[in-house]
Amino acid sequence: MSRNLRDGVEDLEIGLLLEALFQRYHYDFRNYARASIKRRLVQARDQMGFPSLSAMQESLLHDPSVLDRLLGYLTVQVSEMFRDPSYFRALREKVLPHLRTYPSLKVWVAGCSHGEEVYSLAILFREEGLEERTIFYATDINPAALQAAEAGVYPLDQLRRFTANHQKAGGKSSLSDYYTADYRRAIFDKTLRSRVVFSDHSLVTDAVFGEMHLISCRNVLIYFDRPLQDRAIGLFRDSLVRKGFLGLGSKESLRFSRHAGAFAEFVREDKIYQRRDS
Amino acid sequence: MTVAPETGLAPATAVVIGGSAGAVQALLRILPTLPADYPAPVMVVVHIPADRDNALVPLLRDRCRMTVKEAEDKEPALPGVIYFAPSDYHLLAETDRTLSLSSDEPVNMSRPAIDVLFESAADAFGPALTAVVLTGANSDGAHGAKAVVAAGGVVVVEDPAGAYASAMPAAALQACPAATPMNLDAIAAYLSRLGTT
Repeated sequence: MSRNLRDGVEDLEIGLLLEALFQRYHYDFRNYARASIKRRLVQARDQMGFPSLSAMQESLLHDPSVLDRLLGYLTVQVSEMFRDPSYFRALREKVLPHLRTYPSLKVWVAGCSHGEEVYSLAILFREEGLEERTIFYATDINPAALQAAEAGVYPLDQLRRFTANHQKAGGKSSLSDYYTADYRRAIFDKTLRSRVVFSDHSLVTDAVFGEMHLISCRNVLIYFDRPLQDRAIGLFRDSLVRKGFLGLGSKESLRFSRHAGAFAEFVREDKIYQRRDS
Repeated sequence: MTVAPETGLAPATAVVIGGSAGAVQALLRILPTLPADYPAPVMVVVHIPADRDNALVPLLRDRCRMTVKEAEDKEPALPGVIYFAPSDYHLLAETDRTLSLSSDEPVNMSRPAIDVLFESAADAFGPALTAVVLTGANSDGAHGAKAVVAAGGVVVVEDPAGAYASAMPAAALQACPAATPMNLDAIAAYLSRLGTT
């Protein structure tokens, strides 16, 4: 078979599988950037032992347990606490002084994965005396990731990195104040999640659910194609109070977005934007 | 080569380059030789520590005639431009000839990984792709080189005998017998020819 014919088949298989995933389970990856999705699907196919993507699709349609495993491949991000410390430093030094003027605050971590970021924010807000007046919403589409986020347990070998990041982010306490460790895991203090609502939410198919003062959505949009990025950014605009803040990943920007005009650059180098007044 | 603009995406050529230990010196030998109007985009992955900013871009920008920049998510891959993968992100080519970034887990303990760029570019550009594996002390790029050849593209490998670190080019040659070993000057001349035929 010629290369083009063979490739055509694999692309067709990917399209059909993503359609099946949507029609059967309402998980919509159809507008995700294709190159990454393909890598993840091929990895899932090989590691789950299917001879082809179509074989995986057949199994997926009839066996919901395949869905749980596949979602693990399609959604789980590797992250760390206080990833990109300068982002958290900018929040602390430049954004929180504004947030402090509100009597109550809502913060949304969109695509929270295993919770590293929402715990980082809870610690930051506690250090700055704002935790008591804040509700954090941590959302993801993967139920297993949400469960892990809610548990707040991380491998001990990551804690050295988390601790260094926390210090570089201007940490005013010691990260070890917030967890207990056994020989292989660190279990984060459950009071950190007393103000956190973990919830299932999709940036692809769901709508606005509250008026936010800060939305942090980092390294999620890079997985979307342009139209889907625009949908998500529109959703963020509609979810933010006027003068509310949006933080993106260090290689993400609103520059090419249809909604760029609705935001002003607030801390350019850390990709923090502020919703305009109008 | 034949260029048929009316067929849209079909004729576009592209170059991908991957390197690790010693790659900066190697790139300095190759990239400045390419003309400003080079007819292909050049995408480059170099292994650099995750927390260091990409100092390669300013370094090469001063010495190259082509435009040199850090790749941005969802930007089109344009001829005449050299795109470097940002540190701590994978760089991928999409079939619509745009670039995307991902923070998926490291591959071959590297992010960016050469395999990720090469494999996605093989899908996106097929036979119109030329891939170059430079010096390095690991085996990243070997799988990718294989994918490039399987898709009909060409793989050129820095001759391990003259490379600063031989492991990576040797691994690519082993995984991919169709690849041609060349020294750095020959690689530069080969890539320049893409621009003149």
